[in-house]
Amino acid sequence: MLFESGGITENLDGFDQLSWQGGWINASRPDTGEKATLGPSQNPVGLQQLPGVSYGMTHQPTYNPMQAKAPAPPGTGLYPSGPYQPVHPVSSYQPGPPLSSYPAPSGQALLTRPLMGGPPSHTPPQSASPGPRLPPAQATPPPPAVSSSSYYPNPRQPQPMAPAWHYNTAPPPMGQPTSMSIPPRGPVPNHVNPAASSTPSSTPYSSAPPAHVPHSVTQPPGPGMPPTSLHGYTQPGPAPPPMTHMAPHTYQPSRAPYGPPPTGPPPTMKPTPPPTGTLMPNATPPPPKADAQCGGAVNSTLPPTEPDCQEGDIECPGTVAGNGPQAPNSYNHVDNKMAGLPQPGPPGRHLGHYPSLPPGYQNTSALHNAGPPMHPAMQAATQPYTQPPQTYQQPPGGPGPAQLSQSLAALSLQSSTPESLRVVNLLQERNLLPPNPMPAPTPCLPQDLQKINCNPEVFRSTLTSIPQTQSLLNKAKMPLGLLLHPFKDLSQLPVVTSSTIVRCRSCRTYINPFVNFLDQRRWKCNLCYRVNDVPEEFMYNPVSRSYGEPHKRPEVQNATIEFIAPSEYMLRPPQPAVYLFILDVSHNAVETGYLNVFCQSLLDNINALPGDSRTKVGFITFDSTIHFYNLQEGLSQPQMLIVSDIEDIFLPTPDSLLVNLNECKELVQDLLKSLPNLFEKTMETQSALGSALQAAFKLLSPTGGRMSIFQTQLPNLGVGALQSREDPNQRASAKDIQHLSPATDFYKKLALDCSGQQVAVDLFLLSSQYCDLASLGCISRYSAGSVYYYPSYHHQHNPAQVECFQKDLKRYLTRKIGFEAVMRIRCTKGLSIHTFHGNFFVRSTDLLSLPNVNPDAGFAVQMSIEENLDDMQVVSFQAALLYTSSKGERRIRVHTLCLPVVNSLADIFAGADVQAITGLLACMAVDRSATASLSDARDAMTNAAIDSLTSYRQSVLTIQQPGLLAPACLRLFPLFILALLKQKAFRTGTSTRLDDRLFAMCQLKYQPLVYALLMIHPALYRVDDLTDEGALNINDRTIPQPRVLQLSVEKLSREAAFLMDAGTVMYLWIGRNCHPNFLTQVLGVPNYAAVPDNLYLLPELDTAESQRTRAFIGWLRDQRPFFPSLHVIRDESQLKPTFMQNMIEDRTESALSYYEFLLHLQQQISK
Amino acid sequence: MAFTFAAFCYMLALLLTAALIFFAIWHIIAFDELKTDYKNPIDQCNTLNPTIEKVKKIKRVKIAIKLVLPEYLIHFFFCVMFFCAAEWLTLCLNLPLLAYHVWRYMSRPVMSCPGLYDPTTIMNADILAFCQKEGWCKLAFYLLSFFYYLYGMIYVLVSS
Repeated sequence: MLFESGGITENLDGFDQLSWQGGWINASRPDTGEKATLGPSQNPVGLQQLPGVSYGMTHQPTYNPMQAKAPAPPGTGLYPSGPYQPVHPVSSYQPGPPLSSYPAPSGQALLTRPLMGGPPSHTPPQSASPGPRLPPAQATPPPPAVSSSSYYPNPRQPQPMAPAWHYNTAPPPMGQPTSMSIPPRGPVPNHVNPAASSTPSSTPYSSAPPAHVPHSVTQPPGPGMPPTSLHGYTQPGPAPPPMTHMAPHTYQPSRAPYGPPPTGPPPTMKPTPPPTGTLMPNATPPPPKADAQCGGAVNSTLPPTEPDCQEGDIECPGTVAGNGPQAPNSYNHVDNKMAGLPQPGPPGRHLGHYPSLPPGYQNTSALHNAGPPMHPAMQAATQPYTQPPQTYQQPPGGPGPAQLSQSLAALSLQSSTPESLRVVNLLQERNLLPPNPMPAPTPCLPQDLQKINCNPEVFRSTLTSIPQTQSLLNKAKMPLGLLLHPFKDLSQLPVVTSSTIVRCRSCRTYINPFVNFLDQRRWKCNLCYRVNDVPEEFMYNPVSRSYGEPHKRPEVQNATIEFIAPSEYMLRPPQPAVYLFILDVSHNAVETGYLNVFCQSLLDNINALPGDSRTKVGFITFDSTIHFYNLQEGLSQPQMLIVSDIEDIFLPTPDSLLVNLNECKELVQDLLKSLPNLFEKTMETQSALGSALQAAFKLLSPTGGRMSIFQTQLPNLGVGALQSREDPNQRASAKDIQHLSPATDFYKKLALDCSGQQVAVDLFLLSSQYCDLASLGCISRYSAGSVYYYPSYHHQHNPAQVECFQKDLKRYLTRKIGFEAVMRIRCTKGLSIHTFHGNFFVRSTDLLSLPNVNPDAGFAVQMSIEENLDDMQVVSFQAALLYTSSKGERRIRVHTLCLPVVNSLADIFAGADVQAITGLLACMAVDRSATASLSDARDAMTNAAIDSLTSYRQSVLTIQQPGLLAPACLRLFPLFILALLKQKAFRTGTSTRLDDRLFAMCQLKYQPLVYALLMIHPALYRVDDLTDEGALNINDRTIPQPRVLQLSVEKLSREAAFLMDAGTVMYLWIGRNCHPNFLTQVLGVPNYAAVPDNLYLLPELDTAESQRTRAFIGWLRDQRPFFPSLHVIRDESQLKPTFMQNMIEDRTESALSYYEFLLHLQQQISK
Repeated sequence: MAFTFAAFCYMLALLLTAALIFFAIWHIIAFDELKTDYKNPIDQCNTLNPTIEKVKKIKRVKIAIKLVLPEYLIHFFFCVMFFCAAEWLTLCLNLPLLAYHVWRYMSRPVMSCPGLYDPTTIMNADILAFCQKEGWCKLAFYLLSFFYYLYGMIYVLVSS
């Protein structure tokens, strides 16, 4: 009973029954019917070859219009309409002309595919079905035929398998005639891609198609020809039309990368090395024309990182891969909000505005920039589908893993050695901190794969090279795991609407960019290696409106994608958004004054609560009794109902306590206005939280939803009552910290009940006394809620906390939310999930139950290797999050990460991601301190550093030198471990309140890696001499970029001012002799002595210094979903000790300095 | 040949061990189901742990019993029987398991109801693997002791 959700899961997985036919639901696409028609129209040949051909035909009709135009619109409509949605098609493609061009493309596609079977004409079947549609066909029919022929030839061409695939690739040859001869190899493919990209653009216009086709046919290998052909179909990049097409181009680029891999051969997986080098080249060469943009994007490849866009969901293509093109995305468009933004991550890069910026930065920049430069992105967005055509071309091969692997091999060899393995003697090199935030290491994948790989901010692995065997992993002594931020707000996110979501029949993996297309009709799952059929519907590419190029579908072009799920994925009708607020109104709570802030925030944001017309809200307040509020429509004012029987709680009027927000908004507003006054005089000091929770559970269990608890003291009445377990005198002296685990399982059991009914519980703890977060926190931890903690909250005495609470509340109320969610993480056969970290309930070995999911939640997963990965060059991980949006849509967000497999310790070390390792170790240490003890956890962390460095020294280093040696990629490892040991969660010997400690632990587990890292190792900047040199320019604001300093007092100077960014809090430390200029221009005070003790806000002065400082702080704040409060401190400030405790590299009474710690490590290692 | 109390103990232990073998098999199957995603952990833990509802039903019988899992009880029961029958060797063979059971129950997670298994941690790969291994070891132990009791019973019957 508890677990209805189980059903959901099943849906997730049990999707098999779906009919394969599905078509894109969204309209505008009449595809389905068309297909049938297509077949006929097409030539037999075409038929035989690839379904794709037929596709093209069918689609074309619609297509043409859409595509052509689509490109033009770039900016607008793009997103909203969503790729598939009708809108796009129309607008984007309108240009009829494209039609002709299209057909051609399709033909080409076919060409590539030829692999199928050589028999050109046979394919008919498919075509037949689709054929009829031809209408638009005019042009199409012929072209297809041609193309098909061409195709076949290529495919058939015996040449290396590659050729066949390449066929697409072939085009690339253009640039590289040489390669032509060797087409088969990786290079070709690569080239192809580029070519493809370019082609696409050109194609539309160029009539060439037919001609091209022939070429391609005839000269499968010939690079030059092929390219042309490509162009032919699509449009010549340069041509005016291209503009519109641009988007498509972009796609291609991305695909291009794929293309190579996909190369027909994929199945074969040959390891031909050429890839790497070639790949690169490819990218560049192709772009020549209009495509250039796209190409550029592609080339940049950086893609993965950049697009962090925080906000919108949008995202897509650009973001994910370097694909910039991402045209695909465009189709989908993503979330509405962002739609506007064109944010092609990549484009931004191209633009060059912030090329060098770290990922994080880029995002922003991307966003801003997006506007203008983004053509590609824009277009993409706009023409979601248009692009597809291009994609097709490239894809031919599909991102075949095989090719990839080849290139991988080459890459790994070359890349690993250099920088990341450079030996660093930690005892001698002091300045190891990079001046700017560190980007995530790039997996050693062929460039084309890497381009489309998942953004590291969303999906990141501790080891970017996966060891082949468990024993190898054990030898490396580093934890293997994944860090996820699955519901992150993305600026671009392709959304696909389709009645058939293509998944592997045996492992239920969603089709993704890393699968192998064996031929037009079959794909090989990259997780379980089962060969699956490509459903008929999938043969049609809505983006390009072409048929027979399944590898160019957005699903195969984006590592992050979102599907609108059909009804098979629902256990019950999607639930409405339901919010229940449970407020503590005891005397203690009223004292803190939080009610005013809460009511005001909710009033301000009541229209911004995510939801639709079905949204429901309810309120419960409690002290020693439970108060319900009847808000039924028709009442003149809210009615309070008091239930004093807390032992056996019941709902006084079950129907009217949760009311429709839209219908009863006035009553709700009345209530919020009167609530703070209602309890002003209360003298009730007890708190019956347990009973209130039970009541709330009863209220929400029929629908599911979110409950938000505001609690200000230890619950001390009724069920779930707790006792104070903390002895303040033992805080610093205790040998080991007790009471890190819950005192009762009441909250855990209730959380599990909630989880079963799709209810999540978020806890806001505003207390100055001990609240037993260890026990209370369980309610959120197992129901996938979040915990907010404001120690010493008081509306008058602690304005910084109040501001923080207000800002957090605003974000909390308005951020996206997903209901009744489950997340499944699949990985390639041989790998298995060991442990999950975060807030959720684990329902099965790979399935998390998440009653609610929010964009600020991070997860970590420990992996183990159960079977040797001997024959694999790459492994993939896929996280699929099935949720109900606040609009009542069932959606699936899929992230796929592909990583290379290596068999030498050196390669493993070369691929180590020290930030991710630190994040995962922190999660593991939190677990360890709860199950064993804190000192155990501390020892384990120290040992982790010792073991991995020992292993490095013994197994990788060939020359033994004295000193503490580490590979460059792990040079910060000891520092981060030391930072963890000194972190609030794990420190000993310093007085730390138990709740503070537990909250820090919660955050380490729950925060996405980027934020958790700041909490572990704060960033220190000198801010009294900010300059515009190297500054970022975002939205017309100039953001100075001071360098990150080491956390040591030696870096502080009395003559300066420093900003320490510790994630949730920032300190602005003013030196005693700070330059008066800074004091007057930034702080607005005449001298040091006049700096107020409680300064939380920088005055808005109209000076350049003030503007720079505020811009910098504001920019730091904008990058995170929570609000870090700012404290200005002087030498005498109470907070100075807190500030100094963050000086991790210095010695304290109870902890080692960084240098001592290194000596300790060295001693242990040399033992 | 006489029917002594020791012989009775052995016969009883024989029957009960058969029951324990079934318990062990059930235990193994239960965890296998968990591992293969056949059941959800909350349901599974509710069947593995005597739940409060069940306990309430037998509440009137006697409360002392409700805190112990049937398996532990049965095992404890025939250990006592062997003690009474002065079968020291047999008792010694069983003592380690008895001690293990005591330790296992003492170190169970914080729970308000009887039982050993916490649905929130049971899916951890280490715990799951441990529980499965525990099941197999117990199955082996019970099987061996089954034959040992059979032998013991006949030996006692014949020798006396």
